[in-house]
Amino acid sequence: MFELIGIPPQALFGQLLLGLINGSFYAVLSLGLAVIFGLLNIINFTHGAQYMLGAFVAWMLLNYLGIGYWWALLLAPVIVGLLGVIMERLFIRRLYHLDHLYGLLLTFGLALIITGIFKQQFGVSGLPYSAPALLSGGYNLGFMYLPVSRAWVILASAIVCFGTWFVIEKTRLGAYLRAATENPTLVGAFGINVPLLITATYGFGVALAAFAGVLAAPIYSVNPIMGENLIIVVFAVVVIGGMGSILGSIITGFGLGLVEGLTRVFYPEGSAVVVFVIMAIVLLVKPAGLFGREI
Amino acid sequence: MAGESDVVAAAAMPTVREPAWMPRHHLVLFALLLAGLLVAPFMLYPIFLMKVLCFALFASAFNLLLGYGGLLSFGHAAYFGMASYVSAHAAKVWGLTPELAILSGTLIAAVLGLVFGALAIRRQGIYFAMVTLAFAQMVYFFSLQAPFTGGEDGIQAVPRGHLFGLFDLSRPEPLYFFVLAIFFGGILLIYRIIHSPFGQVLKAIRQNEARAISLGYQVNRYKLAVFVLSAALSGLAGATKAIVFQLASLTDVYWAMSGEVVLMTLLGGMGTVFGPLVGAAVIVTMQNYLASFGDWVTIIQGAIFVIAVLLFREGIVGVIAKWTKKPL
Amino acid sequence: MKLAKALLATAAIAAMAVPALAETDVKIGVLNDRSGLYADLAGEGSVVAARMAVEDFDAASKDIAVEILSADHQNKPDVGSNIARQWIDTDEVDVIVDVPTSSVALAVNEVVREKDKVFLASGPATSDLTGKACSPNTIHWTYDTYSLANGTGKAMVEQGGDTWFFLTADYAFGHALERDTAAVVEASGGKVLGNVRHPLSSSDFSSFLLQAQSSGAKVIGLANAGGDTVNSIKQAAEFGIVQAGQSLAGLLIFSTDVAALGLETAQGLVLTNAFLADRNEDTAAFSARFKEKHGKNPTMVQAGVYSAVLHYLKGVEAVGSDDADAVLEWMKANPSNDPIFGEATIRKDGRHMHDMYLLQVKSPDESAGEEDYFKLLATIPAEEAFRSIEDGECEMAKQ
Repeated sequence: MFELIGIPPQALFGQLLLGLINGSFYAVLSLGLAVIFGLLNIINFTHGAQYMLGAFVAWMLLNYLGIGYWWALLLAPVIVGLLGVIMERLFIRRLYHLDHLYGLLLTFGLALIITGIFKQQFGVSGLPYSAPALLSGGYNLGFMYLPVSRAWVILASAIVCFGTWFVIEKTRLGAYLRAATENPTLVGAFGINVPLLITATYGFGVALAAFAGVLAAPIYSVNPIMGENLIIVVFAVVVIGGMGSILGSIITGFGLGLVEGLTRVFYPEGSAVVVFVIMAIVLLVKPAGLFGREI
Repeated sequence: MAGESDVVAAAAMPTVREPAWMPRHHLVLFALLLAGLLVAPFMLYPIFLMKVLCFALFASAFNLLLGYGGLLSFGHAAYFGMASYVSAHAAKVWGLTPELAILSGTLIAAVLGLVFGALAIRRQGIYFAMVTLAFAQMVYFFSLQAPFTGGEDGIQAVPRGHLFGLFDLSRPEPLYFFVLAIFFGGILLIYRIIHSPFGQVLKAIRQNEARAISLGYQVNRYKLAVFVLSAALSGLAGATKAIVFQLASLTDVYWAMSGEVVLMTLLGGMGTVFGPLVGAAVIVTMQNYLASFGDWVTIIQGAIFVIAVLLFREGIVGVIAKWTKKPL
Repeated sequence: MKLAKALLATAAIAAMAVPALAETDVKIGVLNDRSGLYADLAGEGSVVAARMAVEDFDAASKDIAVEILSADHQNKPDVGSNIARQWIDTDEVDVIVDVPTSSVALAVNEVVREKDKVFLASGPATSDLTGKACSPNTIHWTYDTYSLANGTGKAMVEQGGDTWFFLTADYAFGHALERDTAAVVEASGGKVLGNVRHPLSSSDFSSFLLQAQSSGAKVIGLANAGGDTVNSIKQAAEFGIVQAGQSLAGLLIFSTDVAALGLETAQGLVLTNAFLADRNEDTAAFSARFKEKHGKNPTMVQAGVYSAVLHYLKGVEAVGSDDADAVLEWMKANPSNDPIFGEATIRKDGRHMHDMYLLQVKSPDESAGEEDYFKLLATIPAEEAFRSIEDGECEMAKQ
């Protein structure tokens, strides 16, 4: 059996597959951020907290109302998305004419508040959320044991990413969206309700975060701080992909998962920092990101 | 670099006879500030005051970059934290006197600022912020891995030592006046930079970079210079903090620290001389006295962020300046 | 400052207020995590435990005025040492209790040593507190990394788990836990096959677990804590690692972690603990009283706070003052006696010597009720449970 830099190929395949699974989370989360940034020009720092909210809403649906995982997958994004809509109407709306900086600071503050309240209510030990029967068990792939729940993550996020890309790039609604990004005044003049479009987009981006949260609930523990560290990484993914680029954020999300997976094999300690190294290099070499347009 | 700050500031003192160097109301405010700080340790807990002074200097250094240079760095914790590590290490392991330990910390911060700044200023706006964040995360990673930083335990039991080998800093009073001198020197230096021709060019760049370039200014040199100055002064604050608290830890290099200094500057009023001081005092006081309320500190901090951004973007001092119609 | 004082006073809980009659004025500062990773296993529960100790001691009738302060150190050494310093300098706190998170405890250890007060460490794990960082002012009360590693490591090797692979949190504390356990494993005839270091607060452990799996070791030692441990155990179950024949050894697991995992996932896990709620009538009665006040059974850290405060107050009564040196001398000369640990002594290096318990998490079928998690596998006598003075690097104890 030949070995690749001391690692047998089977193990490497396993690690790459795991990287892809992690990449799925990055992809869905960074997609939401990219959609929001693309249209609203807001750097949504609340994204991590909204991801956490998605997981918590799923947990609450199960424990307070007896609604299971599959419904939660639909309901939690809707509920959190609506909360996002309220936030946009109340706060974020007031900042569109200002510098990016203010949007970033405002959403950072909102994230602190949301996370703080959940810590106060639920502590930080985490709450268990068991996977539905359909997702228990796993496949033996020969080179590794793949739990059904993880395979499902790849499938679900691939579907959601493709769907979002398709809507934005290939449909009339998407065309309006892209046009409104380019020139809101002109699109408004054509009789399209741009403010509504913006609000709906924010709600949708937030819903994507919540969706990722529900996907994460049975795998990781449901915890108020689950989004706190993730948000910085996802930021980096969006920046590497090119801010506002839909396809870029999806591809970078999956790609970065792979790179991180490899780092975990060869230099596990560095797996938390590799994304930032890549971000620094990309920004210095290709400032608009891998898939962004040069301005 | 900024270790010379005291010297520079002291040298600048006699130039008061030049009427342009400080408007009267600034002179009055500085005098009041100094008087207040000289009396304060007899009424308030000195260690708490020193913490406020360190953070006030840090926020002012950050404000130099953001408020006057127009550059938002999201990684200033790197300079603050790395300087505090080096200062602690120098005092504890190399056995340097406190002023030399602080100087070495400041130097490291200046060098880091030079390297990171030279790369980061090639980008603008949010990309600049992201590059600085990326570098800061690498510094954090280095601090976690390097053996001399002691991992999450930090460098503990740092000796305060004797200033110039003479004055024993283990007692709070001499230590306080030492820190006060550093703080005041730093603030005056920053003031001097802002109101120098160099500061005027920075202002021009911030307002219209293209015009500054067409006027023949080498914009990037100015940006780099202000970046290095800001990093060095942040380092001065961090290095001093390590001596005061006898501890350098990961908290000081963590990205949340970078966020905190933005909060202080924003709350107090960016682009004002006294804003960061007020912002730092408010935030540190809150953290200090609300410590027993646990999560509420985070929630209140978040609320302050939201209110500050929505209602008074000029910050506390900015609002006052608007009322009094005088630049503060 | 006035406002701040007022705030502090409202935050402080006056357990008793008859200052006019009181001869001795004792201030106890409960310093722990109230908002982070360890808020559930220490937090407000430790304050409740301290208050119970004051009540049970009946300070009121003994002319001792006791006041309890509490604060959140946010698991940051700088915040913790600041609060400790300020408490001692301006609030005249006599004794600081609890302080989970080793890095913070080491910082507080230095402050208390410098100010010559008392530090009763119930929360922290690092055995350095009675090793190279040992201090005459510190008593390490409840557990330490060595006792946990020793109890669990030895038991696993004895049960046939003689090859180990470590999943270690990449920070000083994780490294120490790994080092201590590896030493025990090798001393008991086992072998360490390798390790993988994961960044602190990772969310995904599958990659590291897979590396552990392919090592072929019989036991995967989890040298991490809190959320990291919970996530690694959870994901090990997901990837069928335990079913495939490897066992997990949690080296720092609290009852709160087991609650977060749920018995379904946690069952069969072997761990070492200093406190078992239903060990005997005394512990059961204490737990019931605690639960009435706090809603949950006490963790070993919270139970330890009760025991430590009680012994300290007895010392104050016996000496007749809150002088740190005198009280410490009394505390070390006389055995502690309470429902938590029974009778136990304090060693020269500041180690509180009591029995430890080797526990196993029950399966859902075995569990009788809501908080019935553990069955007792063995009692580890104090002398075996803790590191000997000779093996520690405490200079003070060797003289």
